[in-house]
Amino acid sequence: MAAQAEQVPNIMRQGRVTPWLYLLPALIVMAMFIVYPALNTFYLSFRNNDDTAWASANCLAGEPCWGLFENYRYALTSAVMLTSFVNNLKWIVLMTSGTVLFGLLIATLADRVRYEPLAKAVVFLPMAISFVGAGIIWKFVYNYSSGQIQIGLLNGLVTALGGQPVSWLTEPQINTIMLIIVGMWMWTGFCMTILAAALKGVSTEILEAGRVDGANEWQVFWGIMIPSILPTITVVVTTMVINVLKIFDIVYVMTGGNYGTEVIANRMYIEMYTSFKTGRATAIAIVLIAVIIPAMYFNIRRFREQEASR
Amino acid sequence: MNINRLRKRLSDLPTHVILIGLCLLWLLPAVGLLVTSFRPFQDVNDTGWWTVLSPPKGATQYTQSCAECHGSDGKQLAVADLTNQELVQKYRRSFTLIALLKKTINEKPHMGALPVPDEQAAADIAGYLRRISGIEARPRFTLDNYIDALTGYRGTANYTSDCAAGTQAVDLFCDWRDLGNARGMGRAFLNTLTVALPSTLLPILFAAFAAYAFSWFHFPGRQFLFALLIGLQIVPLQMTLIPISRLYAQLGLNGTFLGVWLFHTGFGLPYAIYLMRNFIGSLPRELFESAYLDGASHWTAFYRLALPLSVPAIASLGIFQFLWIWNDLLVALVFLGGEHPMLTYQIGNMVTSLGSGWHLLTAAAFISMALPMVVFFSLQRFFVRGLLAGSVKG
Repeated sequence: MAAQAEQVPNIMRQGRVTPWLYLLPALIVMAMFIVYPALNTFYLSFRNNDDTAWASANCLAGEPCWGLFENYRYALTSAVMLTSFVNNLKWIVLMTSGTVLFGLLIATLADRVRYEPLAKAVVFLPMAISFVGAGIIWKFVYNYSSGQIQIGLLNGLVTALGGQPVSWLTEPQINTIMLIIVGMWMWTGFCMTILAAALKGVSTEILEAGRVDGANEWQVFWGIMIPSILPTITVVVTTMVINVLKIFDIVYVMTGGNYGTEVIANRMYIEMYTSFKTGRATAIAIVLIAVIIPAMYFNIRRFREQEASR
Repeated sequence: MNINRLRKRLSDLPTHVILIGLCLLWLLPAVGLLVTSFRPFQDVNDTGWWTVLSPPKGATQYTQSCAECHGSDGKQLAVADLTNQELVQKYRRSFTLIALLKKTINEKPHMGALPVPDEQAAADIAGYLRRISGIEARPRFTLDNYIDALTGYRGTANYTSDCAAGTQAVDLFCDWRDLGNARGMGRAFLNTLTVALPSTLLPILFAAFAAYAFSWFHFPGRQFLFALLIGLQIVPLQMTLIPISRLYAQLGLNGTFLGVWLFHTGFGLPYAIYLMRNFIGSLPRELFESAYLDGASHWTAFYRLALPLSVPAIASLGIFQFLWIWNDLLVALVFLGGEHPMLTYQIGNMVTSLGSGWHLLTAAAFISMALPMVVFFSLQRFFVRGLLAGSVKG
């Protein structure tokens, strides 16, 4: 820190006001669009649904009531929210492990072939398009019709193999998994790119030493490569957990949260803009970030450490 | 090839198979979208996109039942030319066709020794005849879906044919003005550009100012303030939406471009400042010292030195921010909605209003992806770098 302060040449001294003129535009906009709303969201989560009284006014006679924390009772214990939590948990477990494993697999395999840039570009491409676009692409893959002709690729495949077509997006239990596959398709490229960079950083001398000592490729991979890129894997995993927690667009476009595919971020949107229940919506937002912030903090710290050590 | 190289090739084989297989798996869904967006809408709901290169529907049934006498092109029998529109028009329904096939012609059964096709096959044959006779001729690929998506056409045929027949909807003009149709992707494309360009430039500009101040100015609390601003990266988008939309409702900014520009600027700033400060702060100090000795003011040093030198950082940051806004649905939905629909909003809307209008949806989706794809392929390096650095952004 001290060294950084010394960086500014002494001859470049300036008036008291000048620095603030340079900072002012950014400070004003950030105060208005991040600091104020963040504090306000916190406040609103303790208010009733149209911000005319405290949240306890939302309580109904004869039903459990958490007083000032009434909105949090809804956000933490209501049936729809519990469904959302379970679904978000599915998303976290399946999508994070899926993207990291596929990312690692593709990064490792691509490292050994000459068409590496092309293979990586193909897998990374979905990152460039919107969740909405990806939603359309996959809604078409999952398309189901009750008639004879299936125009969705997946049902086309199922019927060609002699099976019965399945309505992938409305069938409870499997529909959330179908949505998670879309997320994996989009985000594997991200994990792959970061992991590939880390794999390239593993010292070839250590790898060679391992091979000379008689380790086969499998042992080299698990014994040397994985341990040396473990810090990167941790960062990728936390980043993915954060991203997955905030997932909204895929669900919104593909099922609208119907058929039991609800997730937290989608629920927040519905409470706010369909039911106009500000108190509940903000309480859900607070619950969401309460889960995200520890991961975020951990991640930024690890990310900085990595940057610094590079 | 010697035996060792062959052995190496063979042991590499699983790698290639798995990798290429995975790449195909990744491409396949998008290929389906692309192919479908170019198919005539009658075909899209009739056959899967993977059959696009196989013969049209009914062709196999025709070959089985009719080709022997009528020939593969339908013209072999001069008395019953199957490309004659008048003749085909008479037997356009499956039951009229079956009745004809069961008749005797010149005291011999029409079909000879062949079985009379069942109802489904007859319908397919009738459809195939309408096709080869030119009554319902349609190309394998067409641009109509794109025109329909761009102009927001919602009829039962397509924009070009409706306009040619003069039966277009009342709100269509059948000239370039239709690109501005509020339901169309053309208008949404312009709206998205209108949102994305200022929302990319403003935060970069403000961040450059702030980053310069954090790098080359002395003022009390500099380090503390910088740490504080960077910490704001933690605040997720969801936490700011509700108060801002309430505030906008009071100020009348809901549904305005200004509101969205400001929101994206505020939300993009913490990360932009962080990236720009790292870059501008690492420029050589001798450069700024000598400029200052030569009599340059801070403004000159910022404008003539810091800004031009940070072009690489600005490029990464700009691409990241631009694509983030281009692909965003939540902010577009909350602050603009149907007032000035953005691409993502418009498509989301089409999903609910069109149901299975796949020919339009696929074309619309591809229109929204075209620009990001171009950016991706032309500026891949900057794109990947910006995305990786931005991955910690809320």
